[in-house]
Amino acid sequence: MSQEELKTKITELLPSAIFEESSEFLQLILDAPDLLPLMTELRSDTQTDFDYLFNLTCVDWKDHMMMVYHLFSKTLKHTLVVKAKISDREQPEIESLSEIWKTAELQEREVFDLFGVNFLHHPDLRRLFMEEDWKGFPLRKDYTDENMIQL
Amino acid sequence: MGLLLSYSFAALTNSIHHALQNHFTNPLMALVLEMVMVGLSLIVFLVLLSFTLGYVERKVAAFMQIRIGPNRVGPKGSLQIVADTIKLLFKEGLTPDTADKFLFNLAPLIMMVSSMLVIAPIAFSKGFQIWDINIGVLYVSSMSSIGVIGILMAGWSSNNKYSLLGAMRSGAQFVSYELSVGLSLISIVILSGSLNINDIILSQQDGWWIFKAHIPALISFVIFIIASTAEINRAPFDLVEAESELTAGFHTEYSGMKFAMFLMAEYINLFIVSAMAATLFLGGWMPFHLGHLESFNHLMDYIPGSIWFMGKTFGIIFLIMQFRWTFPRLRVDQLLNLEWKYLLPISMVNIILMTLIAIMGWHL
Amino acid sequence: MLLGEDQITEDGEFVINIGPQHPSTHGVLHLKVWLDGETIKKVQPHLGYIHRSIEKMCESLSYRQFIFATSRMDYLSAHMNNTACALTVEKGLGIEATPRAKAIRILLSELTRLSSHQLWWGSIGLDLGAVTPFFHAFREREMINDILEETCGARLTQNFMVPGGVMTDLHPNFQKRTHEMLKNLKAKLHEYDDLLTGNVIFENRTKGVGVLSKEDAVSYGCTGPVARGSGVSCDVRKWFPYDGYEQLQFEEVLEEDGDCYARYMVRMREMKQSIHLIEQLIDNIPEGDFQTKTKNVLKLPKGEFYQRVETARGELGVYLVSDGASTPYRIHFRSPNFCNLSALNHMAKGGKIGDLVAIMATLDLVIPDVDR
Repeated sequence: MSQEELKTKITELLPSAIFEESSEFLQLILDAPDLLPLMTELRSDTQTDFDYLFNLTCVDWKDHMMMVYHLFSKTLKHTLVVKAKISDREQPEIESLSEIWKTAELQEREVFDLFGVNFLHHPDLRRLFMEEDWKGFPLRKDYTDENMIQL
Repeated sequence: MGLLLSYSFAALTNSIHHALQNHFTNPLMALVLEMVMVGLSLIVFLVLLSFTLGYVERKVAAFMQIRIGPNRVGPKGSLQIVADTIKLLFKEGLTPDTADKFLFNLAPLIMMVSSMLVIAPIAFSKGFQIWDINIGVLYVSSMSSIGVIGILMAGWSSNNKYSLLGAMRSGAQFVSYELSVGLSLISIVILSGSLNINDIILSQQDGWWIFKAHIPALISFVIFIIASTAEINRAPFDLVEAESELTAGFHTEYSGMKFAMFLMAEYINLFIVSAMAATLFLGGWMPFHLGHLESFNHLMDYIPGSIWFMGKTFGIIFLIMQFRWTFPRLRVDQLLNLEWKYLLPISMVNIILMTLIAIMGWHL
Repeated sequence: MLLGEDQITEDGEFVINIGPQHPSTHGVLHLKVWLDGETIKKVQPHLGYIHRSIEKMCESLSYRQFIFATSRMDYLSAHMNNTACALTVEKGLGIEATPRAKAIRILLSELTRLSSHQLWWGSIGLDLGAVTPFFHAFREREMINDILEETCGARLTQNFMVPGGVMTDLHPNFQKRTHEMLKNLKAKLHEYDDLLTGNVIFENRTKGVGVLSKEDAVSYGCTGPVARGSGVSCDVRKWFPYDGYEQLQFEEVLEEDGDCYARYMVRMREMKQSIHLIEQLIDNIPEGDFQTKTKNVLKLPKGEFYQRVETARGELGVYLVSDGASTPYRIHFRSPNFCNLSALNHMAKGGKIGDLVAIMATLDLVIPDVDR
């Protein structure tokens, strides 16, 4: 499907989606609660058939957090970037996608460890790189530590 | 021919025997003194043997892996193992607090002693045997089985989950492969009609059994080599000691001299197994004779019996060492599968074949 | 009291730890294994032993500097890591490297891929108990290391790529030495097959072990030889070509079975494909500049950029978010080993401990890439 057809298809599923064309992929911005139904639909619908989630990460924009998902379809060969905006920066929460793509399980644990985003209905949400009793979330922009060195 | 063959240490031992008899009026005293001398010389021989085999193993491994191996300590690195032994002597011999102290200290001794006892009936040359017992082959087979008690004792008394796992696996492996080894030995006993080691060697006067009894003897030889490699826990059957994922198996908790005793016991076992293969299948100290070709046999007799024996034994040792550095390791269930589903049935069929040949006189 | 003993659910089950100190070359990986006798019920990796927060470090390094922090992620494909970062910055600036620089990049990447696969072959022999293949593999690898050292100055983490091209020109001896190395390697490659591939014991330990189906491979996000061994076509050099790969002739190696032996054969055949690629390019390196001129201080425009390359282990993705300053706002490395590791539990369940070793050996993980 071309970018135009994807846009129309997604607007059908989720009318409140905003599109951005600034980079090489089609980007879609929505709010966090709308994420799971759209993703389930994108995975199971044969016209979109996004079976490969190849990147899952988070960007901290000082007043909100943005979860970024890069999707690719191996059969139909189109790419989509889905960005979910989490407005509450103190208690960020979003639905887990580990039921749809199994790779999400480990990558979401990494985002939880480094950013503090709580993934609802995740099978095993624990810290990944840091120790179990570490306080704070290192990759946030306002993280400080007595051992940090300013470069 | 008898004169040339007896160019061995038999003359020396006989003269010592008579000298002692004449010196001490009490025959018991002479006997005890003789036993002490034999025991001491055996221990010295076995220690030197372990050093030599350790050095040979490292050099063989190095040449197979395109490198040089030990070459600093002593001329061409020959004193490397001596240096390693001295280092092990200086190490702290740690005994875990919760281990069963008596069994912990006893286990390596049992392994060493059972290995050393097996040297008794092995004939290094004509008349040069410690004890020419009339059930030689049976003695060898039964004494080497005592070693497994040492392994299980070591695994149990260490009070360590992983040692116990390793020891149990080793016990299962040892007991399974005993059967194939025993059956291979029996196949030669059928042909020669006697369990006495000297009789078996003398029956190979007109040719070694591996040539005279062609196909079944060859099958027995191959099975014997494979099963013995498994018995002495060497690669490719060494999951007990080289299971690098878990720990070092039953000798994890041992350090210092006790650990060195386990290693020595392994090398002595290697020597024994090769010596048995050389004795039963390749003629022991009997030179390479071809039927009744008198002149050829005379020529072969010029080389002393002890050189023949050592040459054959070290040839088989070299073969077993090559196995270690070439093949990957078997998984534990594949190992037991190999024995119970393949080697054992083949050995049993082989025994029947051998009996048929012996009765019908189809061997040379 | 073992960690995790409170999570034992059945009688007779116990938990053992494998690692973090490994006798093999994978790195510091701590696996907790739930065992029932010899059979594995669950494998749980514990990561973080070599976490150096490279992503956060790169936020305070300039666009020229952060490339060199990434060589230490998957250090066996250091050139490919650097290429990915340099290509991302070039994408942001809107420039392209010169043809000579592209050819040099491909040559060095393929040499690195070859040396990484050789090290993998040596260590798979070592893990399964055969010690000799290790020495044979390193004998050939030394020749590649010497060639790279002459041109780039380092044997392992060669920081040679810059945005716009490569740092300096090739050494005059490069072509001659590469020809010698290829001649030597082609003569010795059959030894690799003699030692391990045709061996009955090796086949018994790898055939049918650790099967990963095609759908699972895509769902777990596996890439590289792990996915290609299950029949998933995913070579980035074919799907999203970069640096001139579209003009070269090579085939993507696929195997259908999905077990350890299939992954093994994929890597062996990939070595031959790399040799083929080097041969096509070594005599036809275009003349010209080795670097496009760029400003000293680079500033990327506001936006986000994604670039993927094919390292020796799979698809490495660099996701760069820039807000117009001279340092990146956020960088995320989509590392291939991270996603390959997530499939380990699925593959090892139900097998024996010996199978776990074989699966880890064919997954070919480099733990600093998992932990970043």
